[in-house]
Amino acid sequence: MDKIDSKNKKTVSSVDEDKRDFLFVTTAGLAIAGGGVTLWSMIDTMNPSKDVLALASTEVDLSPIEEGQSLTVMWRGKPIFIRHRTNEEIDDASGTDVTNLIHKATDESRVKNPKWLVVVGVCTHLGCVPLGQKIGDSKGDFNGWFCPCHGSHYDTSGRIRKGPAPLNLEVPPYEFVSDDIIRIG
Amino acid sequence: MLNKLSIKIVLLFLFLGVNNSHSASEKMELIEQNWPFNGVFGRFDKSSLQRGYLVYKEVCASCHGLKHVSYRDLTGIGLTKDEIKSIAGEYILMDGPNDEGEMFEREAKPSDKFVNPYENDNQARLANNGAYPPDLSLMVKARAGGADYLFSLLNGYKDFPEDFEASDGMYYNEYYPGKQIAMPSPIMDDIVEYNDGTDATHVQIARDVTSFLAWTAEPELEERKSLGVKTLFFLILLTIMLLGVKRKVWKDVN
Amino acid sequence: MKNNNENQEQKGVTGWIDKRLPIFTFMNHNLRDYPTPKNLNYFWNFGSLAGITLVIMIITGILLAMQYTANTDLAFESVERIMRDVNNGWLLRYIHMNGASMFFIIVFIHIFRGLYYGSYKYPREILWMLGVVILLLMMATAFMGYVLPWGQMSFWGATVITNLFSAFPIIGDYIVTFLWGGFSVDNPTLSRFFVLHYLLPFAIVGVVALHLVALHQFGSNNPTGVDVKSENDTIPFHPYYTVKDYFGLGVFLIVFAGLVFFAPNFLGHPDNYIPANPLQTPAHIVPEWYFLPFYAILRAVPDKLLGVLLMFAAVLVLFFLPWLDKHKVRSANFRPFYKQFYWLFAIDCIILGWVGAMPAEGIYVLIARIATAYYFSFFLIIMPLLSKFEKVSDHLPSSISSAVLSKKFDNSTKESYVK
Repeated sequence: MDKIDSKNKKTVSSVDEDKRDFLFVTTAGLAIAGGGVTLWSMIDTMNPSKDVLALASTEVDLSPIEEGQSLTVMWRGKPIFIRHRTNEEIDDASGTDVTNLIHKATDESRVKNPKWLVVVGVCTHLGCVPLGQKIGDSKGDFNGWFCPCHGSHYDTSGRIRKGPAPLNLEVPPYEFVSDDIIRIG
Repeated sequence: MLNKLSIKIVLLFLFLGVNNSHSASEKMELIEQNWPFNGVFGRFDKSSLQRGYLVYKEVCASCHGLKHVSYRDLTGIGLTKDEIKSIAGEYILMDGPNDEGEMFEREAKPSDKFVNPYENDNQARLANNGAYPPDLSLMVKARAGGADYLFSLLNGYKDFPEDFEASDGMYYNEYYPGKQIAMPSPIMDDIVEYNDGTDATHVQIARDVTSFLAWTAEPELEERKSLGVKTLFFLILLTIMLLGVKRKVWKDVN
Repeated sequence: MKNNNENQEQKGVTGWIDKRLPIFTFMNHNLRDYPTPKNLNYFWNFGSLAGITLVIMIITGILLAMQYTANTDLAFESVERIMRDVNNGWLLRYIHMNGASMFFIIVFIHIFRGLYYGSYKYPREILWMLGVVILLLMMATAFMGYVLPWGQMSFWGATVITNLFSAFPIIGDYIVTFLWGGFSVDNPTLSRFFVLHYLLPFAIVGVVALHLVALHQFGSNNPTGVDVKSENDTIPFHPYYTVKDYFGLGVFLIVFAGLVFFAPNFLGHPDNYIPANPLQTPAHIVPEWYFLPFYAILRAVPDKLLGVLLMFAAVLVLFFLPWLDKHKVRSANFRPFYKQFYWLFAIDCIILGWVGAMPAEGIYVLIARIATAYYFSFFLIIMPLLSKFEKVSDHLPSSISSAVLSKKFDNSTKESYVK
């Protein structure tokens, strides 16, 4: 009798335990999942907000820019230089011997449509904003941009040609939405 | 043994490093002046500050703002309340909107900040060939070398050397980083007329306006130094007494 | 003990309170009777000094926060308003600004004290590790505090340091955007840095409390590194160490006041009096002096990610100190070899600080690399090797009292010899 009894007890309790374990694990799992979701929603408030994201990419209408003119737009707190290049400027840029450049890059690798050059207008030396956007600005020895801070000269492809800057003007990520409109970012 | 060796190695590196830094940057030694506001007991020379203010007002103020300073602060250079009121009245600033919702112009009051020569930074840039004339309120604190740098800069204009590649509209100044500066030499002999009889020489003007800008950067300087002397006196006395107490308490330990 | 408490109620209000809430017993036990080794030298002042500096920083910080505006358009101006228009505002700000530097000087000395006298060894491992946590929290707090005035160095320092996280593969850029709350250091960054700069000091207070609990578990280490053996070795904390700490505080305040009143911007950088301008980078971006050694380690490595990891490792390695140095003797006074390497290490840290302020080019890179190599080999190679091979010195005293006595004896014999 004793033996059977104890056996019975054991099986009953072990079934019970299994059930309990399952309940414990699922309850704890659910609670943790709920806590995790709540925690994430809190942490996520620190990510860029809607008004910040609204400025993360910017669309620019290129149609009012005449050939030979330039436009400066702000994107993520940085100036973006957009230049409508003349044929002469395009020939200048693509005809340059790449091997002699400080930072070697072909003109083709820096434009999507050779008529339009889009670069970040921050000198790669120490972050000044180069001149050359406005009519009457000094465009430097290579007819592109000239940084007044320490005298870096950039060519019509935004490539560094002379002066202390180590790199070409950065090309931001952008795409042509239509023939006349680009989206930067 | 090891210690001595390591010190030798360190000294060697220090020597190499110092040498290197000398050759890398050929910076000009600043002209050092014995400013009355230097040192532990330093004080401003009020009459120099007032002359310096005149120079600022008649020369610098056409391009450079002083936006952190209010007219009322001019009591600090020894002007009376009435004088300040009439000085402030010379300036016009935009206020509003009024009851009709219009912006209107009014005379500045002593409680106003110095009125800026330009409405905004872009206008300032446009008027100066793209070079922005910086605000002068903190200039002395914001440059390595402080007053000496400013004084050197004002005395550092020269003609471009033969081999220097000069840019259009730039001027040569030995003390300016890059040696090309967009501001032409702002002062010359007798560009202002001092009413206290001081000779308005180039050097005197540079000295006065530098003193004035040292004051705009650190108007608290006199108060700070005199409070500092008192505080140090108090602390040294207290510390000496504490040392006595400590010795007395510790006398019987072993 | 418990019985005593129940039976005896001291007279007066304090007795009544103490029976119900034993704070007076607690204070008496920890600040008055607390048995302390009688041979502590002045390097043991720096712990309490650090605590006092923390309090100074919190008080001045709270008062500054009442006047400061955490907005990119207004921050610089609000600081200038504090400097010019707020009553004694310049004093408040200069104390807070230079207080940060003083705090680091004190804590660095405190750490080097611990390194020299082996204060991190059994049974004080957790005490030491809590200290490293405090150091980390201090660094984070100081870094974020430096951003608040929104000058050029504030902005570009924040940009450079937060950009370090972009070195991590895949998630790097995401982390940086998250830290910024945007696509560059901007208003969201400034306001969260302000909030955290206000919050973290209170976290430091919490860890300091734990640090003290751990300290009082086994009591202070001492210059001989020998454990307290009997009551002869100790004296009560009050009045002996309270007056000694007061005197030390006086000396500290003289140095502090000298800096605040006569050279308030000596340790700062002139560029931080130029308002932040995202379109113009200063010629040299230099962190505050207390970060320079770590900055040097960062730049010593050509690979960005490895540099970042090494920089963090430079602090984190301190956590493992109790297991890297397992030599039985605590005090470097009785470890002739360790002592040599220790001083070399101290010089090494100063070299790292100096090279961190120099441009990362030419000879400086080489110096930084050698110094970085020594920094890590001191912990990871020299310490474990020494714990194996360095012999225990014959001069090691058997107890604190005997050390004190023999020193006296030495001195008196020397004196008589001179006479």
